[in-house]
This record gives sequence, C-alpha cells and structure tokens, in this order.
Amino acid sequence: MSQSIARPGLSRSALRYRKARDRTVEFFLLAAGLVAVFTTLAIVAILVYESSSFFDHVSLKDFLTDTMWTPLFADAHYGILPLVAGTLTTTIVALLVAVPLGTTIAIYLSEFAPHHVRETVKPILELLGAVPTVVYGYFALTTVTPFLQIFMPELPGFNMLSAGLVIGLMIVPYVSSVSEDAMRAVPRYMREGSYAMGATRMQTALRVVVPGAFSGLAAAFILGISRAVGETMVVAIAAGMQPNLTFDPREPAATITAYIVQVSLGDLPHGSIGYQSIFAAGLVLMLITLIFNVVGFSLTRRFREAY
Amino acid sequence: MSAANPAQYRNVDALRTGLSRRKMLDQVFVLIGLIVMLGCLVILAILFIDLVRDGAPRFTLDFFTSFASRHAERAGILAAWVGTTLVMIVTACCAVPVGVAAAIYLEEYAPKNWFTAIIEINVTNLAGVPSIVYGLLALGLFVYQFDLGQSIVAAGLTLALLILPIVIVATREAIRSVPNSIREAAYGLGATRWEVTKDHVLPYSTGGVLTGMILGLSRAIGETAPIITIGALSFIAFLPESPFKSEFPFISFSWLNDPFTVMPIQMFNWVSRPDQAFQSNAAAAGAILLGMTLLMNGVAIWIRYRFRKKINW
Repeated sequence: MSQSIARPGLSRSALRYRKARDRTVEFFLLAAGLVAVFTTLAIVAILVYESSSFFDHVSLKDFLTDTMWTPLFADAHYGILPLVAGTLTTTIVALLVAVPLGTTIAIYLSEFAPHHVRETVKPILELLGAVPTVVYGYFALTTVTPFLQIFMPELPGFNMLSAGLVIGLMIVPYVSSVSEDAMRAVPRYMREGSYAMGATRMQTALRVVVPGAFSGLAAAFILGISRAVGETMVVAIAAGMQPNLTFDPREPAATITAYIVQVSLGDLPHGSIGYQSIFAAGLVLMLITLIFNVVGFSLTRRFREAY
Repeated sequence: MSAANPAQYRNVDALRTGLSRRKMLDQVFVLIGLIVMLGCLVILAILFIDLVRDGAPRFTLDFFTSFASRHAERAGILAAWVGTTLVMIVTACCAVPVGVAAAIYLEEYAPKNWFTAIIEINVTNLAGVPSIVYGLLALGLFVYQFDLGQSIVAAGLTLALLILPIVIVATREAIRSVPNSIREAAYGLGATRWEVTKDHVLPYSTGGVLTGMILGLSRAIGETAPIITIGALSFIAFLPESPFKSEFPFISFSWLNDPFTVMPIQMFNWVSRPDQAFQSNAAAAGAILLGMTLLMNGVAIWIRYRFRKKINW
C-alpha cells in the first residue's frame, strides 16, 4: 500500500481543534445542568428574602398562633393556621380517595392483570394525571358538588369535600404508577416461594409483595401528598377563598395555595405587606412539603427491604 | 399416608373449603380491581362529555376569533389561544435545549462524584415543587428583579423552568437505553465524546426527546397557577404585536414584552363568574384545552411506540 494515510482530518491541529471543541461543548452542557441547581437556590432565596420583610412587620408568634388570616382587611390578622387547616383538610380527603384506589389499581395491574390489559390501561390512566387542573376545578364545581348535594342538601356550593375528592382522583395515577413500579421490583422468586407454599395470588400480593414493596409504596404516598398539598386551581375554584379555621370538609375554606391565587388576582403593589404575605405563605407551603418528604424518606429508609 | 383416617378426611375437607374460599377471594379482588379501574376511566369520560355537552353551543368560528367580552355570548378566546401559542413557543425554545443539554451532561459526561449527585438531587426535587412556587419565584425574580414585567417572555421562562425536570428525565431515559456497544464502536474509530453523542447517541434518542418535549408542553399548556401568580391579565382585548413585519428585517421580537392571557386563565376567569352564561364559555374553553392536552399525550405515546418498534438493537 503506497497510499499516504496522512489525511487532513487526522492532522495534529485538527485533533487539537476537536479536543477544544469537546471541552467547550462540555462547558455548555455543564452550564445547562447547573440551571436546576440555580433554580432551587433561587426559589429558596426569593421565598426567604421576601418573607423576611414580611416577618419585619408580623411577629412569628402571631403568625403561628393567631386564628385569623385577614392580611388585606383594615383590621389585619396574620395567623397562618386557617390556611394550614384548609390545606391539610383537602389533602386528607384527597388521600382517602387516592391511597385506596391507587393501591388497588397498582396491585391489580402488577399482580393480576394480563400483559395486554396493563399495556392498554396504564397510558389511559396517565391521562387522568394530564388533565389541566383548571378543568378539574370546573368539574368539581359544576359536576361533583351538585352530585354531592343530592345526598347532602346542606352542602354549600363551595366546599372542601368536592375539591378534595377531585384532587384525590387527580393523583390516583401518580400513586398507582409509582406503587406498581415498586411492586414489580419485588423479585419473582419471592412470589414463587409463596405460590409453592400454596398461597393464592391475593395472599401473595397482600402478604409478600406489598410488605416487600413497602418503601416504594411509602414513596408513592409521599408523592401523592406533595401533589395534594401544592394543588391550587381545584381548591381555588371549588373550595371558595375564605380563610376558615375548620377541619370539617363540608365547609368552604381557603388553602395556602388558594390564598396566593386570590392575592395575585388583585392588584397589589410590589413591596406591600399583602405582596410579601404570599411569599410567607409560599414558604410555609414549601416547609410542609419538605416535612412530609423528610418523614417519608426516613420511613422509606427504615422499612427498606434489601434483596 | 393412607386416607383411612377419618380425622384426615375432615382435614382435607377443611383444606378444600379453605382453598375454594381463598380462590373466591382472589376472584373478588380481580373484580374490585376491574371496577376501580373502570370507575376511574368512566369518570374521565364523564368529565370530557360534561365539558363538551356544556360547551357545545359555543363551538362556533366566532368563539375562536373574538376577544373576551362582558357579554357571554359575544366573548371568545382569540387573545387566549394566541397567547398560549406564543408562550408555548418561548417555553419550548428555552426548556428543550437546556433540558436536553443537562440530560446529555448527566448521562454522558458527568463524573460520579458529589457534585453530580447534587445536580441529580436537584432535578428530582424540582419535579416535586408545587407549581405555584414556580409562580412565586417568577414573580420575585423575572417580573421584578429582571424587570420583565407581566409579559409573554416572563410566563414562557416560568413554564420552561417548570417542565425542565420532565424534559431532563425523559431525555436521560432515552439516552440510557442506547446500548454501550454503539458508543464503544464510535470511540474505537476515534470519535471524540461530543462526536459520539451528537452523531450516534442523540439520533437514537430522538424519540425519547420528542416524547419528553411533548409531555412537558402538555403539562405547561394547562398550568394556571404560576401564570396567575406572575399577574397575567384575564381581560385582554388586543393581540400581542405580530412577529412578522412587512418591512426589513421581517421578524420582530417585541411581542415578547407584551401583556397576554392564556387559555387556562381565560377559563378560570369565566368559571369564577357567578353568571351562568359564562359557564358554558368556560366549558367550551376547557374542552378545547383538554382536547389539546389529550392530543399531545396521544402523540407522545404514539411516538414512543413508533420509535420503540423501529429500533432493533
């Protein structure tokens, strides 16, 4: 072979150019990765910064113990408790729907359903989670509430019950899909051992698979809780926006998120106490989400089964 | 053992009834599972039928070409769908390049160390942050610190941050499913890391990237809370400036700074009015919004299916 192999693409300067290009590209890719980190930092910074101006005006004691939340009234009270109560109430109602339904669906899909059923139903269920929340709000207000009023004539037009029920329906696919993944991660030999002992599919599912996947189930419930706590439009539309210190789901009340929406709809000047109050509310919302996640994480750690 | 012992007969009988009872419980559970699942699907159907039925009288051409109005029967969604389209363009242009780049970094470049772990934890956590908190971030940062005002670009950036984790996760999954033998073959021929990524890994991941983008946008299109928080107006009777000009340079970006409204906000505005006539407007807008979301999800599922079928490693 007398052909020269020194093609221009392999010259030393071309190699150097390619290496330099690689490093430049890597730098930009890293910068993109850092956007996620900066977003988190920015969220914390903004919430803490604006809330600190809020707490210059309002003492922490009032914020945590006052039972009225009326920052926009002449007689202003800054007690976060009514909003927290509203948030917890709708979340509990939502979980009472989502946890049993989501877990049942997950057990069915993972342990009982034939392959083709699972493959068809999963994407359709995921559509439930893709419906815009404002549409769910409309559904809660115009369909679910009138339906509930058939059985509970006393029920007011705005109530936390229908909002909570609809949120629960909305988070069913999140709960079911994460739980199902967890159950399918339980190794097959454990099921086979159980079947060999003469257990039926249901006994295997409830006494072997579910305990084995418990940490994954806990993670699914935590995800559901985070969704329910942060859900905004359904409660803003269907639960009314009056802060109300009650745990009775049949009453109207505002949640933390609904309050933020209510203030944002108005025309509050930048830097006023009302403007700052939504950041304080947002901070509380983040803290509640964080607490649930930390509790869930430690639960998950404690009950994790290693195979 | 022989079956002569009567006590054992009794045991076998007990076993048999126990077994048949347990088998029946099995069947009962299958039934419960099916009922629950069908129940959820039926509710989804009711929701859709409800919207279409309530909104049916409003599905006219005028509805798409009129601005919001104090008179329910004259109000339309012109400003809303134009606003939604423009905001989605900004969101896609920001979220897709950044998300794909971040995913490539995490999968192909990042060393396994604490620094990479921090980025990964952040991506996971951001997916769990309530959407209204993104609205607060945008209100403090984009609207006031960067002085973007209540504009299309502020809304687009907010939603881009919101869907970034979705795009990153989908792209990473797609990249991860490309077998290593392909990378090794390219490296063996002397390709640099970027050449391997751009010429081999990315083309094979196109399906996943597209799926992630569409799912992300279908989430963004229905997001209401963050946009309300940055203070979008719900009553807008004009359009943003047109991006196309008759004279040079033919394209203008001044629409980025215009005030706007989007479909979900228009719907929220109509829902919260006590006047019953506006409810059917809300239903019509909701049906269109839901139809768009379902269509986007359907396309995403179809793309995923197509690409999975086409590629045989």
